[in-house]
Amino acid sequence: MSLVFDIALCALILGVAAMALLGRGLFASLAFFIVYGLLIALAWLSLNAIDVALAEAAIGAGVTGVLLIGAWQALNAQSALDPDPVAHWITRVFAGLGCLAIGGLLALAILAMPGGTGLTTEVIDTQGQLDLGNSVTAVLLGFRAYDTLLESIVLLAALVAVWSLTPQGLWGGIPGPRHRTRPDGVMASFGRLLPPAGLIAGVYLVWAGSDAPGGAFQAGTVLAAAWILAVLAGLQDEPEVTSPLLRAALLIGPALFLLVGAVGAGFGGFLAYPEGFEKPVILAIEYALALSIAATLALLVAGPPRRPGGAR
Amino acid sequence: MTPSLLYALTGAGLIALGLYGFVTRSHLIRRVLAFNVIGSGVFLVFGALGHEGGITDPVPQALIITGIVVALSLTAFAAAMIARYAEDGGGGLDPDAEDAG
Repeated sequence: MSLVFDIALCALILGVAAMALLGRGLFASLAFFIVYGLLIALAWLSLNAIDVALAEAAIGAGVTGVLLIGAWQALNAQSALDPDPVAHWITRVFAGLGCLAIGGLLALAILAMPGGTGLTTEVIDTQGQLDLGNSVTAVLLGFRAYDTLLESIVLLAALVAVWSLTPQGLWGGIPGPRHRTRPDGVMASFGRLLPPAGLIAGVYLVWAGSDAPGGAFQAGTVLAAAWILAVLAGLQDEPEVTSPLLRAALLIGPALFLLVGAVGAGFGGFLAYPEGFEKPVILAIEYALALSIAATLALLVAGPPRRPGGAR
Repeated sequence: MTPSLLYALTGAGLIALGLYGFVTRSHLIRRVLAFNVIGSGVFLVFGALGHEGGITDPVPQALIITGIVVALSLTAFAAAMIARYAEDGGGGLDPDAEDAG
């Protein structure tokens, strides 16, 4: 894309970020933040980093936006809006000077960076051994599989942390409020129309992820979005957090990943894939991870249990 | 100026802007917003500097995807804590106001 487009996009990103951070109304700021996430996704697209663009649009703009709007709603429902103070002008002047200095130093460091070739050629040369066409997937599940394993466990840990905020007496209950919508309203229609499309898009993303942009994280997010939409439209209810089926869905990805890693210890090191079977093993991990990530993200958005469980 | 440099400098700008927002606006949700803006600024610096000849280095790309997910994990926990804080009555989010009252 042309440099003019890039310059305009960068200016827009900085402007929208300023509106999100410093704008007057909190809800407007949240709206600006979601726009900001989408613009950042465009920036990644312009840098030809399509996998990152997908992740940023789905996770950075989408799920983060939904989470923050949920927190905003909770604050709003309980009290008159909490004050949204602006620091004293002396603080603002010094903070401004300090941040200008930090930004300036970072810019100097960036300009002083020696140009390097990075690891692009190494990755492209070796990814054939894993029979993967997507270099990013090769790094995520091959060369840096350890990071990805820990990342999937970080997600689970976040869910445990969120669940630890369960109010007393509600453990084993159902997360979030029961949503009800007008059966012929916009939300109910969208709740019926979009999840099937989301399901197909999600399955496509994980299926294509080994050779084209996509992968378990992007797919998991789209699948989670389909579920969240069905819940918001009142067509489905969240499961009880102690449901064994739910626990299985949460654990299957990281558990399979760990198991493969442990078996790999017999083939020359933790997470070493058995020779000749790299691709099927990687695919199995990806599919299981997509399912677990979808379940984890959907429950992270739902939050800790708020209602007692039903049929027990 | 190459696109790589342009986006890396934009990332530096986002980090500075995010820090400024973090310091001067103390509302809990704004703090989480600022954390996310700083995070995406760091990712942009990291990814853009790995952009060479129309290709972005896949290693930073993979690490950035990991980073996005980790940032989301933190945001989810922060959002749940804010919601619980509100449900427990919370009170004003401005510590100075509480001192005065």
